[in-house]
Amino acid sequence: MKPVHTSEFPYDAGKITDDIKPKIVRSFLKDAFDSITRGGAGYHVWMGTLTFVMLTGAFAYSIQLNEGLSVTGMNDRVSWGFYISNFTFLVGVAAAAVMLVLPTYILKDVDFSKAVLIGEGLAVAALFMCLAFVTVDMGGPARVWHLIPGIGLFNWPSSMLTWDVLVLNGYLFLNLTIPFYILVCHYQGKHPNARIYVPGVIISVFWAFCIHLVTAFLYAGLPARPFWNSSLLGPRFLASAFSAGPALIIIVLSVIRRFTDYKVENVTIGKIALIVTVAAQINLVMLGSELFKEFYAPTHHSESAVYLFFGLHGFGGLRPWIWTAIMMNLFATGILTLNPLRNNHKWLLPACAILFISIWIEKGMGLIIPGFIPGPWGKIVEYTPTWIEICVSLGIWAMGMFIFTLLVKIAIPIETGKLRYVTETVSSGEKTTTNMPASTNLV
Amino acid sequence: MSHCNCSSPDPIRKNGMHELLAENVLSDWLKRDDEMNYLRSMPSLESVLMWSQYNNQPTSLAITKRTAADHVLDKGMDRRTAVQAMAASLMAGMGFFQTACNPFAPADEREKSQLAWDDYFQGNFRIMTDKEKEETVRRLERMYELNTGKRINISAKGPIPGVLYGYAFNISKCRGYLECIRGCIEENNQDRETGMQYITLHEHKKGQMNFGEAPDDFYHEVPRDGHFYIGTQCMHCENPPCVDVCPVQATWKEEDGIVVVDYNWCIGCRYCEAACPYDARRFNWQDPVVPENEVNHNQHYLGNRLRKKGVMEKCTFCIQRTREGKNPACVEACPTGARIFGNLLDPNSEIRWVLANKKVFRLKEDLGTEPKFWYFMD
Ligand code: SF4
Ligand code: SF4
Repeated sequence: MKPVHTSEFPYDAGKITDDIKPKIVRSFLKDAFDSITRGGAGYHVWMGTLTFVMLTGAFAYSIQLNEGLSVTGMNDRVSWGFYISNFTFLVGVAAAAVMLVLPTYILKDVDFSKAVLIGEGLAVAALFMCLAFVTVDMGGPARVWHLIPGIGLFNWPSSMLTWDVLVLNGYLFLNLTIPFYILVCHYQGKHPNARIYVPGVIISVFWAFCIHLVTAFLYAGLPARPFWNSSLLGPRFLASAFSAGPALIIIVLSVIRRFTDYKVENVTIGKIALIVTVAAQINLVMLGSELFKEFYAPTHHSESAVYLFFGLHGFGGLRPWIWTAIMMNLFATGILTLNPLRNNHKWLLPACAILFISIWIEKGMGLIIPGFIPGPWGKIVEYTPTWIEICVSLGIWAMGMFIFTLLVKIAIPIETGKLRYVTETVSSGEKTTTNMPASTNLV
Repeated sequence: MSHCNCSSPDPIRKNGMHELLAENVLSDWLKRDDEMNYLRSMPSLESVLMWSQYNNQPTSLAITKRTAADHVLDKGMDRRTAVQAMAASLMAGMGFFQTACNPFAPADEREKSQLAWDDYFQGNFRIMTDKEKEETVRRLERMYELNTGKRINISAKGPIPGVLYGYAFNISKCRGYLECIRGCIEENNQDRETGMQYITLHEHKKGQMNFGEAPDDFYHEVPRDGHFYIGTQCMHCENPPCVDVCPVQATWKEEDGIVVVDYNWCIGCRYCEAACPYDARRFNWQDPVVPENEVNHNQHYLGNRLRKKGVMEKCTFCIQRTREGKNPACVEACPTGARIFGNLLDPNSEIRWVLANKKVFRLKEDLGTEPKFWYFMD
């Protein structure tokens, strides 16, 4: 199918809009609510399952609230664990939405337009998961208002954590408002005004880099932890994020086009796969550079890396994790690098899944935990997540999928033209939809 | 203060107005006061849990039928008060609390709820006025009394001008008796259940100084042949990374150089623990337990007062002792005299003598944290 240029946009001429009336928003919200509450049996089973997992997580969290964080595997030596690992990884997933936003809105590369709303939805879900993971990790979640500037005491700019709070919430705001605006326009069968959303998009591109760099600086800024205190940490975060995030988007798009009538062209998936491949290759180069630095002339500061990869003083709990991750990463990157395999979806999808999991391990068990081992005085205390941590984390992942499903359930009928604003015609009193063909290409 | 002034819509503050009123008016006012206390007696979920744990019984809470919104309308407010009121209505609306009006609830219970409420919305200690600090510690004392029937003394004493504390550790003298650790735990009301300790004693083999190979959990006769001992604890860095990273300024360096934590303000993110190169910070992973008969009743707000679960704590150079001119408990407890403490700004202090006459060093100096904790040998 030939990409449709803006001037040939299949909507009524002159229907560029920048005014969003409360009446329309109300109708939009009502229709959105109808859309998410209706669906086939499969949809309800899926949402029911997610709800069940969320409730299990909530139950585990209630135990943690009552007993304290002692029910986790964390302690004074390994003071961050599974929660912060997941948080770090998900910031990367959220940041990856930019890889789709950039070409779609700015370079007007229409091939990505079908993917971009999905990518932004993914970012929103990932950000909610990030915030949830940070909250469950806190000892005093009830005192979180101390963080609100004005009422609490916000230690900005000194603390990188305050920067993270700002960039994450800002990014969440951008990724909620831009798709909302576009969807409400499409809902009325109108074309969104570029002068309104493009500045927002440019900011969010810049912002996406920020969220992941700032999160890396959270760790890189601690001279007390030599494993993290490296200038490569930030760039490496970006590279791994820009492979794991779009890899997830490929999987999600494949699922969506299989189960809905939302059409995504192969060429779109092919382009995203190229992004994944390049990012994964850069990530491997950086990994090699890190390994060289740690192992060619190991110093006292290489102890964490030695512990991680080979074990130290008889402790080696993380070895299986990291070697699994490295093997999976090499395998997936290998498949992606070979053109015939990458273009074959039988290979591409498993490769994306493997890459995604390998980076999840690498950013979590392979990065956050070894930063604490050995401790500041060289003592080794190992860490394994408890079932409470695992249940709570699963619950948060289920929450993310739940949010994402809701967003997609709203966006797809609008994008496929099935859900449109209904105007009341005064004369006849009968309801008519705005007259326009179902859209194939919207942004 | 005149009569008409009293009828202004500000029945909450008690600042001494009662003395000036006729007896019958006074009793009216007390009733009104009670009611208002009652109104404000909607503590946070967390405080509720805390209270019921202290009492080992479900807390009975009651609020009047007047909503918090009325409260909002009643008086001019600052921002924090507004937030309190909003949160109150939110909580009431969400049915977090029993809404049944129960004016016959014991006065004790109502006071407790009120104090828990104030406790939750307390501001950051560092930026309080002296008066607010005083009110805060009085409240904490009262809370303890209501719970245990015992009185404690919590000080809010500020730094003494012209004082900067420093510490020196004599490696030649330490024989690994661990008396410092015992003294510290008793003085500072540390959690007995998890065996929390601020001080770590590392047993090094002679001929090397590799902390990774020096056990800190030895239980055998000391001093052990061929070994020497080094103690570590919070070094009260002049340039403390733990303070920089705290997102809510719950930890800071006082004028006299002591790095402290406001246990009421800390949100328990543990970023400071990751940032400390000296393994000095300790987190309350669960509710700390100190049997009442072992509690040290001489406390300081920033020091050894009882902590709660989910907050960070650490060595404070025994702020409750040192600001009264005494030595920290570890210095007192050490039978060999290996520990020296004093004012770095006083040229005649013992610590200054050590710095001038011994060849001293500090740990991890390359990190630029400027610890005020020196080591030396005879
Ligand atoms: S030793 Fe650690 S806790 Fe103490 S002041 Fe230095 S960095 Fe902070
Ligand atoms: S644990 Fe408490 S003191 Fe430490 S950084 Fe977090 S809020 Fe600040």
